[in-house]
Amino acid sequence: MADIVLKTENLTKRYGGVHALEGANFELRKGEHVAIMGDNGAGKSTFVRQITAVEQRTDGKIWFDGKEVNFTGPIAAREAGIETVFQNLALADDLDVPSNLFLGREKVLFNLGPFSILDRKYMRKATEAALVRTAVKIPNLSNTIRHMSGGQRQCVAIARTATFASKLIIMDEPTAALGVQETAQVENIIRTLKDNGEPLILISHNMRQVFDLCDRIVVFRRGRIVANLRKQDTDGNDIVSYITGAKTGEAELAA
Amino acid sequence: MAQTSHGVGGVGYDAKKRAWPAEINVFLALVILVVVFELIGRIFLGDSFLFNTRSDVSGIFNEARLQIIILQVSIVGIIAIGVTQVIITGGIDLSSGSIVGATAMIAMSFAQVATVNGNPNPKAMFLAQGWTDLPVIVPLLVAISCGLFAGLVNGALIAYTRIPPFIATLGMMVTARGIAKWWSKGQPISFPTDSFAAIGKGLMPVIIFLSLAVLFQLIMTYTRYGKHCYAIGSNEDAARMSGIKIANHKILVYVIAGVLAALAAVVLSSKNLTAQSGMGVMYELDAIAMAVIGGVSLSGGRGSIVGTVIGSLIFGVIISGFTFLRLDAYYQEMVKGVIIVGAVVLDQWRQRLRAMRA
Repeated sequence: MADIVLKTENLTKRYGGVHALEGANFELRKGEHVAIMGDNGAGKSTFVRQITAVEQRTDGKIWFDGKEVNFTGPIAAREAGIETVFQNLALADDLDVPSNLFLGREKVLFNLGPFSILDRKYMRKATEAALVRTAVKIPNLSNTIRHMSGGQRQCVAIARTATFASKLIIMDEPTAALGVQETAQVENIIRTLKDNGEPLILISHNMRQVFDLCDRIVVFRRGRIVANLRKQDTDGNDIVSYITGAKTGEAELAA
Repeated sequence: MAQTSHGVGGVGYDAKKRAWPAEINVFLALVILVVVFELIGRIFLGDSFLFNTRSDVSGIFNEARLQIIILQVSIVGIIAIGVTQVIITGGIDLSSGSIVGATAMIAMSFAQVATVNGNPNPKAMFLAQGWTDLPVIVPLLVAISCGLFAGLVNGALIAYTRIPPFIATLGMMVTARGIAKWWSKGQPISFPTDSFAAIGKGLMPVIIFLSLAVLFQLIMTYTRYGKHCYAIGSNEDAARMSGIKIANHKILVYVIAGVLAALAAVVLSSKNLTAQSGMGVMYELDAIAMAVIGGVSLSGGRGSIVGTVIGSLIFGVIISGFTFLRLDAYYQEMVKGVIIVGAVVLDQWRQRLRAMRA
């Protein structure tokens, strides 16, 4: 159990009569990159929302970093070390890159309550370091997010998660809205995270991307986990048949 | 990976795409406006708007005019500093003019002298209680408490009942005006102590206005409070996800706006040596207009105190310019209206242009 970063047991979420997520058992080991795939409405995002406590689960247990956890909200989850890149980027458009990276956890020089003086030099340096570490290149750190391309924005969002030496990074379709070149940039960041041994859960529809970047693929269908396969044990056709329901994976789950 | 330290995607640094501060555009507009008045003055009146043309006064510039330009906008300017912060967080404050009225009445009643020319002060509200000739700190604290309370109510309504700021502060606008009239049953309150009267004397309003502007410009740039104002204004959900306590912050913003309106009330009633229940009518809209002309975006997230100060100077130049050209005050208001709309239209164009370049 020592090298397990995240574990869920019987994780369940119902919205009234709708069973969005049913009995999900999931494990993530240190340094592992796991992809979550599935059709729209299969329960992928719901699964992530229960882990990050954006919503409160109906049933089930979650262990994180060796302890059973009951996060009260996304901020508690973040403080525990789960960083999430949301589908709708949680960035402030009118702030520059360092301000966004440190949003809500600004480094201060003098503590004067709300009027605490910011340590802008430190935050700028730390931002530059984070961008180097994640191999993100932003033309000008002082530009506001509003004036950046979709890819640059996504890179800032990802660099933010990586800056805070988190124990787990979750990305919900980080390249869904990006062009080819920008997607390549984001994927490079994910590889850098892999090299640094940071565990990751990646929700993606992109088969090539998943096989490129992840060690293991978990398939959701109709709120249930129907497959949990190591990359070398499967291929694209196999995954598609699980996603579409041509194949049901009760046997494989035992493995 | 070889490219790690350089990244991929081919994005290079382009100095031309550096953000051009909106304040510079506003400042250019101010300069153009001054030049226009100067030219019209030279051509049609044979007089200078900006420069000293009299031989009996020394100096290059027409200092009296420069002083009036800024003096006449200082009091609304103080309000505009608070309104700017409210707008940057994505809110609006319609109550500041009425807070000025109510605060002026209440504060002035604690700043009155006991005797006028040897006779008991006919306007003194608390003569019977003996609350006259109080030290200046008393009316000042009373005023700050009034602004603080009004801001607290505004902020709490907006943060906890989630009603739109427009409605919450509209309610405060009407209520505070009612309080201003009720306080002395519509009677003006006059004859302040000398120390109270000193607050708004001469160029004091200008000094107070500019000091507060510098203070809050620094706060908005260098403190957590300022950063969170912009964050909430540009993406409230992102700010919430980032752990910023939105409710507390909003309350603080409206409290600051309320206290600044109260300070404006002190300066105004001190300058006029009297308080009347009708004081500050339309000030809230003038303050909003100054901020908007100064580049503060009504959708939140963009703008600065510096911009608002320049916006207030544009106001001052228009008023002085029209007086200088001996045009009726009616035209001032018409042109003011056009400039408010024009400033926003120009800003929208500029934003769209920049979005296209990026």
